[in-house]
Amino acid sequence: MSTATSDALPPPDATELSLPAQRGYWGNVGYRLRYDPVTLCFGALLLLIILSAICAPWLAPFDPYQESIIRRLKPPGYQDRYWLGTDELGRDMLSRLLFGGRITLTMGIVPVLVATLIGGSLGVVAGFAGGLVNMIIMRVTDVFYAFPSVLLAVAISGAMGGGGGKGMMAPTRGFIRPLCRVAETATTQVRNLDFVDAARATGAPLRLVLWHHVLGNVLGPVLIYASSLVSVSIILASGLSFLGLGVKPPEPDWGLMLNALRQAIYVNPLICAMPGIMILLTSISMNMVSDGLRAAMDVRS
Amino acid sequence: MVMTSFGVEENDARDRGGPAQPLLIVNGLKKHFAIRGGVLGRVSARVRAVDGVSFSVRKGETLGIVGESGCGKSTVARLLMRLIVPDGGEQIFDGEAVGEPRGITVAEMRRQVQMVFQDSASSLNPRMPVQNSIAFGPIAFGTPKEEAIGMARELLVKVGLNPALFGGRYPHELSGGQKQRINIARALALKPRMIILDEAVSALDKSVEAQVLNLLQALKRDLKLTYIFISHDLGVVRWISDRVLVMYLGEVVEIGPADAIYNAPKHPYTRALLASRPALDPDNRREEAPVSGDPPNPINPPSGCRFHTRCAHAEAVCSAQAPRLGHADHGAHLAACHVEDAASGHSQAVRH
Repeated sequence: MSTATSDALPPPDATELSLPAQRGYWGNVGYRLRYDPVTLCFGALLLLIILSAICAPWLAPFDPYQESIIRRLKPPGYQDRYWLGTDELGRDMLSRLLFGGRITLTMGIVPVLVATLIGGSLGVVAGFAGGLVNMIIMRVTDVFYAFPSVLLAVAISGAMGGGGGKGMMAPTRGFIRPLCRVAETATTQVRNLDFVDAARATGAPLRLVLWHHVLGNVLGPVLIYASSLVSVSIILASGLSFLGLGVKPPEPDWGLMLNALRQAIYVNPLICAMPGIMILLTSISMNMVSDGLRAAMDVRS
Repeated sequence: MVMTSFGVEENDARDRGGPAQPLLIVNGLKKHFAIRGGVLGRVSARVRAVDGVSFSVRKGETLGIVGESGCGKSTVARLLMRLIVPDGGEQIFDGEAVGEPRGITVAEMRRQVQMVFQDSASSLNPRMPVQNSIAFGPIAFGTPKEEAIGMARELLVKVGLNPALFGGRYPHELSGGQKQRINIARALALKPRMIILDEAVSALDKSVEAQVLNLLQALKRDLKLTYIFISHDLGVVRWISDRVLVMYLGEVVEIGPADAIYNAPKHPYTRALLASRPALDPDNRREEAPVSGDPPNPINPPSGCRFHTRCAHAEAVCSAQAPRLGHADHGAHLAACHVEDAASGHSQAVRH
C-alpha cells in the first residue's frame, strides 16, 4: 500500500517534457472552423458585403445621387450599364446599394457592438457578484428598458438634432438590457461551478479568474444573441429613418431605400426587393457565422 | 529527469513556526447561512451550518473529518479556503492569524493551502486544456507561460499521467480518475504546504479510489504535505488519517487519534456511525439501523446536546445543557458528551 502510484508511467524523456507543442484555445477554434464549409461560405459572403461597402467609392459605376426623370425604375441590365437597374428617381441601384451598405452596416453593427460591451460587462459583473450588486444592476437596466426606444429616439433628436451618430443611441440603449440579461444568466450558471472556486482558491486576482475561467464560458451565448440583434438593429434604424430621425432621404440606406421603393412594387417588384435581399443576406450570414463560431468554440463538438 | 523544481528543500523558508507549531489552528469557526423570505428579503431563519468548530492540525499529519451528509464538512473546507466568509472564529496558519491586520492575508494563505473538490468534472474548466488549468495558478502569480506549462507537465508525470498524451486534452476527454489526478496536480502547482481534500475520492470507482489514495500518500511523503481529508467513507478515513474529527450538525462531537476513535469510540454518535458500516460477514448482517431517522434540521437544532433526539442514552441533562468538548493537549481523545463528563449529572457519567 505504501508504494507509489500503482500505475506510475515510465518517466518521459526530456523532449516530451520541454515541448508544449500545442495549439492554444483560439488555435483550436480556427482549426475546427476550417472543417465547417457552411460557416466558411457565409463568412466569405459577409466579408464580401463588408468589403464592397468599404470600397464603394471605387466600385460604384455611377454617382449614387445622380437623378434622372427619364430612366426611372428601369429593370436590371438597362442600357448594359445599369446592371441592377434604377430606382424611383432614376439613380443607379448598384451604386446606391454599395454606398447604402456603408451606412446600413454601421447602423446595424455599431449599436450591437457598443451594447454588447456595456451590457455584457454589466451582466458578467452582476452575475459574478450576485446578491445586492446583481439586484441593483438588473433593476436599473429594467428601468431603462421600460422607456420606449422610439420615443427616446425622438427625444434625443429633438434635443440634440438628428444625424447618424445620435440615431444610434436609441437602439444601443434598447439592446443593453437583453444582452445584460443573457450575460448575467450565463455567468450565474458558471459562477457556481467548482472550477471557478478552484481558480479563486489559487489566490489569483479576481480579474484573471474572470478573464480565463468565466468569460470564455459566457462569450458563446452572448455572441449568438448579439449576432441575431444585428438584423433587428438594421430594421430599427430604417424605421427611425422613415420617421426622419435617422438617415436623411438623399443618403442611400438599405432600410430607407426599402421604404421609398415600396410604392413602386407594382411597377418593378424586382428593384423593390433588392435592398430587402441585401438585408436578408447580411443577417443570415451574420447568424450562420456566429452559429458556426459557437459550435467551433464548444470543445466537445 | 527534470524533476528538481518539485523537490522539497530541507529548510522551507515559509516554515515560520518550526515543527512544534501546528500548521493550522481553528478556533470557534462559525457560519450561519441566512434564509431570506418575504417581500423585503428579511432574514427569516438561519442555518447553523458550522457552529463553533475548533481543531488543530500538526505539520505533516492527516486530519480526517467524517460525518453524515449535511453536517457541515464541506462548509468547513470552503471556510478554511475563505471561499465563503466565516461569521466568526479565528484561523491561525503556522502561527499567523489569517485575514487579520498583523497576520497573513487570505491571498498568501491560499498560496500555501490548496483544495481538491469532490466533483472532478465540474472542478475543471471545460474550455481549457488540462495543462493550462494546472498552470493557471503559477501564471497568475507571474511565472512565464512557457515555464508554467512546463511545470504543469512535470506535475502530470508526478500524478501518473503522460504529459504528451494528456497535457493538451480537454476535461471531457478524460475519465473520472484521470480528472481527479489533474485536480490533484493543479492543487500541487503552487507548491502548497497543506491540501484540503473535500470528498476527493468519494465519486470514484473503488479500484480508481485505491490508486488515487496511494498517489496521495506518496505525494504527502515526497512533498512533506499536510492533509485535511474530508469524507463520509469511514474506512478510507481510517486508512489515510492520523487523527479523526467527527462532526454532527455543525459541531465537533469527537476528536482523537484514528486508532482510538475506531477502537474505542466515546461519543454515542461515533459509535452509531461506526456500527452503520455494512458487515463483511453476511451471517453477521445487521438488520436494524444503529441510528434511526434523519439528522434534525440545522435551522432549529435541538437544545442542549444536538444528538439527544436520536441518542439511546439521552437524559434530562442532555436536552438542557450542551456538553463541551473541552481542551486538552494536541492529540488527546475528546468527546462532547455528558457521559464523558463526571460533573455533568448524567447517571452514566464516568467517574475519574
